[in-house]
Amino acid sequence: MPFNILVLACLAYVIFLFLVAFLVERRAAEGEARWLRTPLVYTLSLSIYCSAWTFYGAVGYAARSGLEFLTIYLGPSLVFVGWWWVLRKLVRIGRQQHVTSIADLISSRYGKSNLLGVIVTVIAVVAATPYIALQLQSVTLSFGVFATATSPGLVPPDKDSTAIWVAVGLALFTILFGTRKLDANEQHTGIVTAIAVEAVVKLVAFLAVGGFVVWGVAGGPGDIVARINASPIADWQLEPGRWVGLTALSAAAVICLPRMFQVLVVENADERHLATASWAFPLYLMGMSLFVVPIAVVGLELLPVGSNPDLFVLTLPLSQGRGGLAMLAFLGGFSSATSMVIVAAIALATMVSNHVVMPLWLHLRPAHAVSGDVRRLVLRSRRLSIAGVLALGYAYFAVSGGSAALAAIGLISFVGVAQILPAMLGGLFWRGATRIGATLGLCLGFAVWAYTLFLPSFGPDAAISAQVLAEGPFGLGWLRPRALFGVTGMDPLLHAMFWSLVLNTAAFCLGSILTFPSPMERTQGAAFVNVFEADQTGPRGWAQGRAEPEALLVMAQRILGDEAAQSLFEGAARAQGKVGYLPDATPKFVEDLERRLAGSVGAATSHAMISQLVGRARVTVEDLMAVADETAQIKEYSARLELQQDELTRTARALREANEKLTQLSTQKDAFLSQISHELRTPMTSIRAFSEILMEADLPPQMVVNYARIIHDEAIRLTRLLDDLLDLSVLENGSVQLNLSLASLPEMIDKALRAAGNTRPERLFAVQRDSAAEAIFLHTDADRLTQVFINLISNARKYCAAEHPELRIAVRQKGGRVTVDFIDNGAGIAKEAQALVFEKFARLTDETRAGGAGLGLAICREVMANLGGTITYLPGQGGAAFRVTVPLRLEKAA
Amino acid sequence: MRPGRPPLFLARRSYRVQRLRDGARLLPVLGMFLVLLPVLWAPDATATRDTAPDGIYLFAVWAGLVAAAALMARGLGGDASEAETGTAAEGED
Repeated sequence: MPFNILVLACLAYVIFLFLVAFLVERRAAEGEARWLRTPLVYTLSLSIYCSAWTFYGAVGYAARSGLEFLTIYLGPSLVFVGWWWVLRKLVRIGRQQHVTSIADLISSRYGKSNLLGVIVTVIAVVAATPYIALQLQSVTLSFGVFATATSPGLVPPDKDSTAIWVAVGLALFTILFGTRKLDANEQHTGIVTAIAVEAVVKLVAFLAVGGFVVWGVAGGPGDIVARINASPIADWQLEPGRWVGLTALSAAAVICLPRMFQVLVVENADERHLATASWAFPLYLMGMSLFVVPIAVVGLELLPVGSNPDLFVLTLPLSQGRGGLAMLAFLGGFSSATSMVIVAAIALATMVSNHVVMPLWLHLRPAHAVSGDVRRLVLRSRRLSIAGVLALGYAYFAVSGGSAALAAIGLISFVGVAQILPAMLGGLFWRGATRIGATLGLCLGFAVWAYTLFLPSFGPDAAISAQVLAEGPFGLGWLRPRALFGVTGMDPLLHAMFWSLVLNTAAFCLGSILTFPSPMERTQGAAFVNVFEADQTGPRGWAQGRAEPEALLVMAQRILGDEAAQSLFEGAARAQGKVGYLPDATPKFVEDLERRLAGSVGAATSHAMISQLVGRARVTVEDLMAVADETAQIKEYSARLELQQDELTRTARALREANEKLTQLSTQKDAFLSQISHELRTPMTSIRAFSEILMEADLPPQMVVNYARIIHDEAIRLTRLLDDLLDLSVLENGSVQLNLSLASLPEMIDKALRAAGNTRPERLFAVQRDSAAEAIFLHTDADRLTQVFINLISNARKYCAAEHPELRIAVRQKGGRVTVDFIDNGAGIAKEAQALVFEKFARLTDETRAGGAGLGLAICREVMANLGGTITYLPGQGGAAFRVTVPLRLEKAA
Repeated sequence: MRPGRPPLFLARRSYRVQRLRDGARLLPVLGMFLVLLPVLWAPDATATRDTAPDGIYLFAVWAGLVAAAALMARGLGGDASEAETGTAAEGED
């Protein structure tokens, strides 16, 4: 077949894909693309798992290692059949959080950490580069097959230029359809449809070649079974380690490969499509692998020894003279390669632009987050990233020389992306997984992978010297890249996979257990792990009303485009019951907006941009503490109010008491006044009466003298009463002058007894004293104290009704005080009267009145108060008993 | 849906949905067992070359899994919102 026809066919095919993508995009823009996003299209788009590696490499793999190639397809089949476990959750989270890539998922889960986004991006780019190189290699090889088979007159282009042309063409196609617009959900309807078409082409091509081999070359299934058993493939023996390991590896890869994540999660239009894909995708994989072994067996049988088994799919029909079939097979291989590269480039470019370029740019020029044209920047950075990713792939292809077997490169890539698995599964199912744990795990796994598998894959002395490979770095045998920790018996691939994943998982778990997540991580962790629980709104983090809605709109327009942003804002405003384009920047709205923007530029970037407008990041511990402070202040304030109220209540009570006291005092004063007037009136009445009698003439002189004496006596009584009253008022005012001096207690008592002897001198009174106890010197006002003693003794003399009256004076010193008890042997004072005796004008009986006005004890009480002591009635002593207590030393100030 | 006895009808239905989910969870475990089973076969024990039978066995398992998944998917993926409420009520039985 002429080479130029082949090129023409290729071009025609590419133009056909362009048209499909273009038409679909246009329909999508008109809003009629719903019917295009069916479960069938979704399932077919997943088929980018089968890249050129499958299309060409599977046959080569089967020719080398028998049925082992099946593990690469059985693993993903098990994952899809078990979609209820992981895929369902992954897709739900992806849709709910508007995840744009696998790096975004990891970054978003671990507190929107951009560092993690960068790490995952680096892993993905490094792991995908050989894979993209592989696709370029397979297309180049297939071109080469046709070039050698065609007429010798036409000089076929050399390998490198073919690869360049393919790379440039793919980059153009991807840029044209992958970055036409910045979609809110990062979905590319046109490309997905084109990929679905390509999926059909490659399946049909492969089945056609397989059918031709089974029924055209061989004599049907029975013959094929016989041929298989006769071929060298039948010598293959299953290696248990590789069988289990590769199945697990491919199962991990199908969810971790960036391109698979792109079509599986990001491009998912409806969760229900996953249910269909759960069986349809394994079916597709089965279809793709059904004829692998027959083609390999027949190819080994028919083609000359030494021909590349990776190209049997092409060379077998060509050798049988089936040019058309070979052309179809070529287009199938071309499809596999292009679809894989396109999606991988989009996925990687999204990651690079969202996690590397945008944060860097935001960091360098933070002011431009609002004012600059973010849309154009994002698109430009995506386009550059796509070109960069393809350039890297080409560079790898050019450097490695495209010599290694296809399958080997693919598996190296698989182990690389599988490093993301622990952080991803941990993030989905374990709330305790932390950012630091994930970072440690990813870094360690990536490093071990690079050291044990990726770098040695370039061959001895390329990246790692042959000496290190053989003896380990610095001669440390246990660090040999192919025999880490002395594990020598393992297949290199399994060895690398085992150690990288074991160390990765260990570091992830240990790091997570030992560290404490930030509030943001905990929020996101709960949102991811509990994604199926009802009402997954999560705590609102943005503070109310800090952002200007207009600024938010300006920013959203720059990212989502004018129309989309305006309709989003208008809808939100309507939901809030407002008219126009500016809703209130409620926390809910800002949160929604952040998620919407995350769909375009990734969670970390969107979060950073919003926080520039809103002023600060989500709720931090400091915020919570500030809120707690405010609460505490309010509580304190209310406590103060309560305290004040209590005080007011107390004051009111005190006022009420004071009022009662005043009323009482007023009553007392009234009683006192009436008492006084009564006391004054009695002598005055008799004085007036007798003086009237005296005014009459001719009274006998004896009577005059008599009456004059009565008047005189009454006047003396009046004077004494007035003296007492004056004394009492002075004492009560506390303005009494005290003559403090050192005085002997027995002398004072002697003096008192002498003075009191005037009272009823006719009575014989026995006095008992204890002179030893009395020998005390007091620092006090001796005259006043003696006055009290006189009063008490004369009272005893006046009122003691005993036949042989007796007075006992007992003195006791205790602490700084001296007590003097005056106890007589009379009847004593009745209990109810005991409280009254110290009141003014309190007289117990009238019968033995001796001219007292009833002020004596009241004066005593006041005197004692002035001397810093007390006078009390002492009950239970057999008669009337009074106790006088005075301080041993009365200070002046008192 | 018969109007006469909706509660019994619904309970039975949601019960079936629950068991279907259990099945969906168990299917990959069964698949894993069947796929890894060839590891236990001793290839040296038999003189006959058994690559073709092995392959046929694996494809048969594969086809069986696809068929089972297809049957289950009809009941599981029919209504996304229903799946959601079902998960919330999972603790009930």
